[in-house]
Amino acid sequence: MQQIATAGAAKPEDRALAGVLSAYVVSATAWLLFATFIGVVLAYKFGAPDFAPGPYLTFGRLRPIHTNATFYGFASIALVGLAYYVAVRSCRTALYSVRLAWTGLWLFNIAAVAGTVALDLGFSAGDLEYREWPWPVRLVFLAALMVTAWNLLFTVARRNTHDIYLSNWYTMGGVLWTCIIAIVAILPWYQYGLGQVAVSGYYMHNAVGMWFTPLALGIFYYALPKLLSRPIYSYALGVFAFWTNLVFYPIIGAHHFLFSPLPWWLQTTAIVFSVAMLVPVLGGSANFLLTMRGRFGELHHSYPLFFIFIGVVGYLVGSTQGTVEAFRSLQAVWHLTNFTVGHSHLTMYGFVTFAIWGGVYALLPVATGKQPGQLGLALHFWMAVVGSFIYVISLSIGGTIQGLDWVRGLPFIQSVVDMQPFYIWRGIGGVLMFLSHLVFAWNVWRMTYGRGAAALPPVPAFADEEAA
Amino acid sequence: MKKLLLIAGGSTLVYAGLALLMGVLPGIMLSQTPPGPGVKPLTPLEAEGRAIYVANGCSYCHTQQVRPLAQDKVFGRPSAPGDFAYQTPELLGSERTGPDLTNIGARQPSAVWQYIHLYNPRAVVPESIMPSFSWMFAVVAKAPEGVSPVPVPKAFAPAKGVVVPTHEAEALLAYLMSLKQTPLPGADQMSASALPQPAPAAAAAGTAATGYDPAKGKALFSANCAVCHQESGEGLPGAFPPLKGNKAVNDDDATQHIHAVLHGVEGVVIDGVHYDSQMPPFADTLSDAEIADIIDYERSSWGNHGKPVTAKDVAAVRAKGK
Ligand code: HEC
Ligand code: HEC
Repeated sequence: MQQIATAGAAKPEDRALAGVLSAYVVSATAWLLFATFIGVVLAYKFGAPDFAPGPYLTFGRLRPIHTNATFYGFASIALVGLAYYVAVRSCRTALYSVRLAWTGLWLFNIAAVAGTVALDLGFSAGDLEYREWPWPVRLVFLAALMVTAWNLLFTVARRNTHDIYLSNWYTMGGVLWTCIIAIVAILPWYQYGLGQVAVSGYYMHNAVGMWFTPLALGIFYYALPKLLSRPIYSYALGVFAFWTNLVFYPIIGAHHFLFSPLPWWLQTTAIVFSVAMLVPVLGGSANFLLTMRGRFGELHHSYPLFFIFIGVVGYLVGSTQGTVEAFRSLQAVWHLTNFTVGHSHLTMYGFVTFAIWGGVYALLPVATGKQPGQLGLALHFWMAVVGSFIYVISLSIGGTIQGLDWVRGLPFIQSVVDMQPFYIWRGIGGVLMFLSHLVFAWNVWRMTYGRGAAALPPVPAFADEEAA
Repeated sequence: MKKLLLIAGGSTLVYAGLALLMGVLPGIMLSQTPPGPGVKPLTPLEAEGRAIYVANGCSYCHTQQVRPLAQDKVFGRPSAPGDFAYQTPELLGSERTGPDLTNIGARQPSAVWQYIHLYNPRAVVPESIMPSFSWMFAVVAKAPEGVSPVPVPKAFAPAKGVVVPTHEAEALLAYLMSLKQTPLPGADQMSASALPQPAPAAAAAGTAATGYDPAKGKALFSANCAVCHQESGEGLPGAFPPLKGNKAVNDDDATQHIHAVLHGVEGVVIDGVHYDSQMPPFADTLSDAEIADIIDYERSSWGNHGKPVTAKDVAAVRAKGK
């Protein structure tokens, strides 16, 4: 990792941190390219089902490979890398253990490779959304989480600041809670028949909202003040959102199984708390947007800021949409249609992925002293925004039509036929998104091992957190 | 240190409590749900088929949960907790790119159809986007003793040899055939009281006893018959007979036609052809009026000119029994 020049002030621990962050981001980028390439193949199969036949490329095996690689290859690795960096900088300390960080990275990658291979060979734990990997593979992932939790906690424990900055609340919490999620998902004793349905509802929701959401919010809380050189609008609001999110979110998993034979009270509780989720979501979003108040004109000059802005909008719109979807009257139409697929891309892509990109563009150049080019930034940004917009809109419209076809009692095949144009539009959006990832990979290369566009002057890397 | 303990430790404790409450406890309670009346464990072959279903991700396109909603009626009665006693890992699914399969063993019991469909779905449903599972079949010069070759239509069949199912396909078929809902005493009252009931299209069709509605007839035919007899009415040679120009369909005495739809057909030689596959019965899934609509559609399409029937005629044949 010696090649990563840190411009000027190259203290050994700075260089080690830059090395860790670079390795995590590069690794995550490789997974992003892989996972979304599979995504494009899947999208193509909706129009050409006989394309790429045979067991190893069949739809039902590639589908979980796509989702798991996105979740546990790309997003998890990227978020953990950024969380380390944020912890070190906001605590004005050094990483507790560089070696543990590398161990974690290896474990994440071993799990993701083993999980991918297992699924392709047909070893699936059972089409259980986001926990299809066989349990030994998920144990490796759990080990990676525990290593990360340990390293993060001890880094924060060695801080040279009085307070623990808000970002670290979210990131430490996210990693610790996810250890619990992973354990609950693996233990078999309460997962028979309908019991497993209840656990699936809990799992598929919490794995998203107690893992990706808090880590992505952690990036917002650090990167926004940094990019704007002003403190977060309200620290107290951030703390309030933290606790309300923690209490409300875990309760709403069963809204994935509305109208199922799960007990009616469980479903109703989930709906009620889905509405309560508006509190942390609106609170958090308002906090971010108010931090940006009066500075929206700068979006055009600062792509990192623009990425984060889209991420905040994705968080606001995606989460609010989630609340709306939870109502029974709307679920009766949208449930089981492609609308859900649109929703999950609005949140995982529009929110989490844009947050990651904003974080990478805001922090990685500071760590390595290398900038990506302006053209690369612009290309990445606009293709990703336009692509995901087309993707989400087409599936939302198509999914609604699909659901209405069913309500009208048309022969089932009519809903398959009616989706065709929307599948094509989804494919066009998906290809644009994939192309933007190629540009992102090029940008990452320039910020890490390649030649940057312009060397930065070394910045004293402290957020304005203490001003809050 | 205290701060760190409060934030990390405190929140983790809270979360652990919630995970117990919302994940583990419902899991414990619901895992003990007793099997519903008549719900049986899978045989070894069916269980093997289920594993193949899981390995190939059928449930990313197919749900196995019938909701107590009008639009789900076509898939069977609403799923009940006792239905899932032997269903681990659970396969409820989250997307219906293809139809729900909870009751597919009753809705589409024809092994021949299932095999052709698995070999290449487009051979029976041209608009289908389901993948082909042809690797679960073998192409041999001659089918071994006691195995009937799958009558794959020419356009989809291999140039040489015949298609026979491998053990994998047989196990998968056995699993699909095991997906049959058991009757549930009082299921109707349950769903009616638990829910607001939007006016179901099917119920409306059931009351329209007078007059033949061509649009309704066509839709019902597409939904129930076209996968075998095809939209063109020409069937699939060697697998499903044509209804175009068919004797029973054009006969002015419609008894045989009605009987076929109500009770199914098996082992009847049609136009000199013996069909290995069977025609499933529709007496339990379609009302008299719906059957009359379908029959009139068949009798007035593709150049057919049979005398139309009414729901009363269907009721009369139904009353006589098998
Ligand atoms: C890419 C999505 C997809 C996958 C994966 C898929 N199917 Fe399908 N399936 C469909 C669609 C769409 C239909 C409706 C059109 C048709 O009948 O082919 C269908 C129809 C069916 C039907 C007929 C249902 C009925 O009501 O007539 C059966 C049975 C079936 N599939 C079984 C399977 C099995 C078994 C697997 C896994 C080995 C599987 N499918 C995988 C999309 C899929
Ligand atoms: C699973 C495939 C399948 C489906 C679905 C199906 N059929 Fe058939 N049908 C057959 C087969 C096979 C035969 C011939 C059976 C035999 O000859 O033993 C047949 C025979 C018939 C016959 C009798 C023809 C004669 O000459 O006696 C009629 C009429 C008919 N089908 C109408 C219908 C209608 C109406 C529907 C929809 C409500 C329907 N079928 C659905 C497979 C199917």
